[in-house]
Amino acid sequence: MTNATQPTAKPDERVKEISAFRQAMIRPELGGIVGTIAVFTFFLLFAFDSGMFNSQGVMNWSVVSAQFMIIAVGACLLMIAGEFDLSVGSMIGFAGMMIAIFAVTYGWPVWVAIIVTFVLCTAIGALNGWIVVRTGLPSFIVTLAFLFILRGFTIFLPQVIERKTIIGGISDVAEGDWLAAIFGGKILGGVFNWLGDAGIIATFERGNRMGEPVVDGIPMLIVWAIVLIIFGHVLLTKTKFGNWIFASGGDAEAARNSGVPVNRVKILMFMFTAFCATVFAVCQVMEFGSAGADRGLLKEFEAIIAVVIGGALLTGGYGSVLGAALGALIFGVVQQGLFFAGVESSLFRVFLGVILLGAVILNTYIRRIITGER
Amino acid sequence: MTEETKFHHGDPSGNDKPIIEMKNIEKHFGRVIALAGVSFDVKSGECHCLLGDNGAGKSTFIKTMSGVHKPTAGEIFFEGKPLHFEDPRDAISAGIATVHQHLAMIPLMSVSRNFFMGNEPEKKIAGITFFDKKYADEVTMEEMRKMGINLRGPDQAVGTLSGGERQTVAIARAVHFGAKILILDEPTSALGVRQTSNVLATIDRVRKQGIGVVFISHNVRHALAVGDRFTVLNRGQTLGTAKRGEISPEELQDLMAGGQELAQLEGSLGGTV
Repeated sequence: MTNATQPTAKPDERVKEISAFRQAMIRPELGGIVGTIAVFTFFLLFAFDSGMFNSQGVMNWSVVSAQFMIIAVGACLLMIAGEFDLSVGSMIGFAGMMIAIFAVTYGWPVWVAIIVTFVLCTAIGALNGWIVVRTGLPSFIVTLAFLFILRGFTIFLPQVIERKTIIGGISDVAEGDWLAAIFGGKILGGVFNWLGDAGIIATFERGNRMGEPVVDGIPMLIVWAIVLIIFGHVLLTKTKFGNWIFASGGDAEAARNSGVPVNRVKILMFMFTAFCATVFAVCQVMEFGSAGADRGLLKEFEAIIAVVIGGALLTGGYGSVLGAALGALIFGVVQQGLFFAGVESSLFRVFLGVILLGAVILNTYIRRIITGER
Repeated sequence: MTEETKFHHGDPSGNDKPIIEMKNIEKHFGRVIALAGVSFDVKSGECHCLLGDNGAGKSTFIKTMSGVHKPTAGEIFFEGKPLHFEDPRDAISAGIATVHQHLAMIPLMSVSRNFFMGNEPEKKIAGITFFDKKYADEVTMEEMRKMGINLRGPDQAVGTLSGGERQTVAIARAVHFGAKILILDEPTSALGVRQTSNVLATIDRVRKQGIGVVFISHNVRHALAVGDRFTVLNRGQTLGTAKRGEISPEELQDLMAGGQELAQLEGSLGGTV
């Protein structure tokens, strides 16, 4: 009781000094960083000559990784806020189908179809969140219900309206549409042309596109992924709202007592997850020119796996958007890399399982050091 | 179990107007009557202890005071004016801060993020409002130094602090944000001896700054160590308020337990309860 009243505190002799290097290393993304280095080292050693690291190859795994990143950002923020969304995959299929129905069957302008779909899907996200915060049920159950409900509609609606499960012809109606270009277009075409002319990247050697570079620009999908990652990272670490996300997931009751509007934060994060799923869906529909009832199958688990590899805690309150992005990169590189390396594609799952387990064990260890959990 | 402590005791004079005054507060949850007419007041610079056994209604009562529950009946006066809180935010902005029994802090988050949770400082860069982390870190380190806690850094997670340190962080946070009334819900119930004395010392330090402290406890010794006045709650009703020195620990203990049974127990345990 006597030394407690001293105005200045002594350093606690029981707390070990931590070296600057160790302190820099101990961060939520470490698992993701180590995994990324390991995966790239592996494929540089075993698949360097396979074309995986020429312009076309890089674009191939970048696009796949960017797809994972888009849904991982949403899943990451939602998981940090303490909730899950298992309806992401079904939402992707549903959003794509709605655009196709609006634009092709009803003949609406594509930009109207896209905007209406975004509004509809984020509203469904809000409904998901509202049910979770109102009933207090685990989001696992509520969104599992929506996994089936949305998938059911995605199969039912095109069958009733068009008598088929795939609606095509979107490329034709999207031609020249300003909003469709934001999801399906490419940027920096000039740079790639110049790179092709300068002989830095490969060009077509014959055919009617002779002389054009094989990779003719960066797809908007990748731009969306980068924009969403930067947005998510800044929101989470640099704003008041980010602090509320951590607080809502860390301990909703304590956060509420401190005046954090926990329900609003959670509902907004459900809406953001739905928004990310819709971005994914629109990009995919514009790329393929069609919408299928089976699109987005199992994407919810892939998003959650990427987030967990990236160091987030399944129960909420801890994680990093950059980590989730690295998790998505690992996912994409492994999936495409095994193909380039000529490995039997079924082994992808074995690889994925091993990486998941390794990253999660490392992340748990790091997290315990940071947070003092026992 | 002596009443002599090293603490200075606040001396609220009789004419002092209470900061908050609660009259005949009732709270019903469906068929359950949690509070059946409780009156309580707190003056500036005093530590008013609210004692009671488990289930006596202590937590319900302070939740009513901090705006979490709305009273079914009864009146609340804050600085002489009648008051109605819509939610805890109203109470916080009026100057009523609560440090809760279990988790006032989120262990996974850093001390500075916890310190400013719900009250984040902001700055504008290019028209966008950002969380002012630099300011938050500086203030946190400074306030923690004042309370006698030496942090490794503002990014240190609260989970790495001891229970007493967490309570102290929570109290420092409330004081920093201009609390006039500080409600401490069983701050010492899960703490060891040394940590308890740290928290009691913090209470004393806070009281000297002119803040009214409501100290909820079911431990008579802890209450007697810092309390100026004592109110005992039993089965949703007040059994009266006593000033320091007017009541013995044994009497308090009896009041809390409702007398009878504990007297028998005490006999069989040799007076150690």
